[in-house]
Amino acid sequence: MAQLDISQKLTILADAAKYDASCASSGAKKRDSRDGTGIGSITGGGGICHAYAPDGRCISLLKILLTNSCIFDCHYCINRRSSNVRRARFTAPEVVDLTLNFYRRNYIEGLFLSSGIIASANYTMEQIVEVARSLREDHDFRGYIHLKTIPNADAELIAQAGRYADRVSINVELPTRQGLERLAPEKSETQIEGAMADMATVIEDGADARKRYKSAPRYAPAGQSTQMIIGADAANDRDIVRRASGLYTRFKLKRVYYSAFSPIPDASAVLPLQRPPMQREHRLYQSDWLIRCYDFSLAEVTSVADTATGMLPLDIDPKLAWALKFRGQFPVDVNRAPREMLLRIPGLGPTAVNRLLKARRYRSLRLADVARATTSVKKLRPFIICEDWRPLALTDSADLKALITPKPKQMELFAV
Amino acid sequence: MTHHVIRLDAPDDFDGWRDAARALAGSGVPADRVLWQVGDQPADLFATPHRAPVAPISPSAARLNVPRDFIQLARSVVLHRDPERFSLLYALLLRVLHRPALMQDATDPLRRRVEGLSQAVRRDMHKMRAFVRFREITMPGQDGDAAEGQSRFVAWFEPDHHITRTNAAFFVGRFATMHWSILTPDAAIHWDGTTLRQGPGASAADAAPGDPLEEVWKAYYSAIFNPARLNPRAMLSEMPMKYWKNLPEAALIPDLMATARARELDMIERSRAAQGRHGTAKVGR
Ligand code: SF4
Repeated sequence: MAQLDISQKLTILADAAKYDASCASSGAKKRDSRDGTGIGSITGGGGICHAYAPDGRCISLLKILLTNSCIFDCHYCINRRSSNVRRARFTAPEVVDLTLNFYRRNYIEGLFLSSGIIASANYTMEQIVEVARSLREDHDFRGYIHLKTIPNADAELIAQAGRYADRVSINVELPTRQGLERLAPEKSETQIEGAMADMATVIEDGADARKRYKSAPRYAPAGQSTQMIIGADAANDRDIVRRASGLYTRFKLKRVYYSAFSPIPDASAVLPLQRPPMQREHRLYQSDWLIRCYDFSLAEVTSVADTATGMLPLDIDPKLAWALKFRGQFPVDVNRAPREMLLRIPGLGPTAVNRLLKARRYRSLRLADVARATTSVKKLRPFIICEDWRPLALTDSADLKALITPKPKQMELFAV
Repeated sequence: MTHHVIRLDAPDDFDGWRDAARALAGSGVPADRVLWQVGDQPADLFATPHRAPVAPISPSAARLNVPRDFIQLARSVVLHRDPERFSLLYALLLRVLHRPALMQDATDPLRRRVEGLSQAVRRDMHKMRAFVRFREITMPGQDGDAAEGQSRFVAWFEPDHHITRTNAAFFVGRFATMHWSILTPDAAIHWDGTTLRQGPGASAADAAPGDPLEEVWKAYYSAIFNPARLNPRAMLSEMPMKYWKNLPEAALIPDLMATARARELDMIERSRAAQGRHGTAKVGR
């Protein structure tokens, strides 16, 4: 086989990495390269998306695999050993160069490096760590680094990954143990969760040490995250939201990413042909936000799932679904209700809620005031009371849903 | 009716605006008596202003108590292209001095309008940080020896507002050890590893194409796109077409979109064929 050049390898190894949904460069500590010998900075906040692909996804990091060869045979994965996909492998220095070259041109915020498992878990992990070490130590690179860790690699190697990376992740892959056993027979939930627990300890101990010694090294200051594939096994939304919530609390995760299973070249015969509607992934993210940013409890979110199927509604978002189900709680008086209740009003986000809370300290809010603090007041009206507005028992009416539900759009444009 | 004409040095002259606004407010000049202009460009073509000196700052005016978040807001709003920005800010200042709580009131129309300008400026600054694309240019060394040369990174960007100078700190912090220039139609900034210099506006041709890394980046952009998830609306809302001409990867978008559906169908067709071969088709418990 002819030697592949960098562009050809990159094509193969980015293609192999694109099914991982996490690309965020968020959560890292602010820093820059003014007092250094290299380049790179973290500006805080969400990180920067330097481009968007036609799939609407943010391109923030150089997201690649070190190699797409793998000794495992996970059915959902394009890199599994039985797949006919073309194989390639980067050397550690090649990845270092590519990262720096892209970074210098302001294409990226940093690197997200993962790998198929070659030879052994430890060998693979060593290669991943070497890339990060070289970027940090040889080049004083201060951009973002996200490393995927290999579950059964030695704890020492996992700790080293945390030492160089801003974020580390281990994918739980599937929402249920049965799904994992069936679709990733060589992986084990115990091992994956064990590695997550170890990482959580490393991060926590590191943070502890830094409280006592300022010079103690940081370990993955942006925390750890994970990803689940949606729609490849039989797990319903209720299972998924429960699993995610358990992961957040047990391993102090920063993010759980959902990746709607999507057709891959040379798919395994046990996979479904159809991908789940993209809207499903979106609804799961929304339910995740309700718990993380809107103070909803797990039980509140799962209460809107269909009792029989355990699925969240696709046509309306889970917050609106909650409001319709518990319409007795509405209308909410925007001049008096506490923050938690304001956050439950469909169409009102945390920013708007903060604006209203500030503004109402100075005067009694009218509908026009609410309109100026939000993007659209139309959706809110049935749910709120203010100085000059009270809905006409609208929240009791059975056709409320029809009134405020967005017109059905053709969601599955490409359904087969 | 006499007007005070305030001449600012540059379209992003925040210090000039602040000093003048402080003096005017200290002397109780109402907002509709001030005309703001940048350089010699008259701000308002229809007014025939009588130049009247602003009274020297009285001790009480020097101690004007302006909320800190107002200053922050004003700093960004000054960068907006809206010719009314200086007078809107001054009008808001007068009201904030009278009622500091106004800064907390997101429902006040003037406050909202000014906030809107600030949001536009912040978005523009963010997009500049995202979409500036440097090209590497290797300068020949002193005696024409290319190996001696220091490479320089040059970018061409077209911001909506007067943000270039203010945004320089971000690029200095990020690319501290590189030598780079960012050229825009109105202004240019240059960094040589130690000093930041400003220059006049430039043209796109000054950031010469020919960096071979652009092809590698385009290869990445194509490969990271998942044709089974085509969603141009989401892409366009964050990367509107007005930016495309300066993004090397954007040239690929039409083709990636046009072929996406066929690529997805092809994958599905092949899975179907594979399942036929293996005789398994069901997933589930
Ligand atoms: S371990 Fe499984 S999921 Fe990971 S690359 Fe190998 S086959 Fe793919």
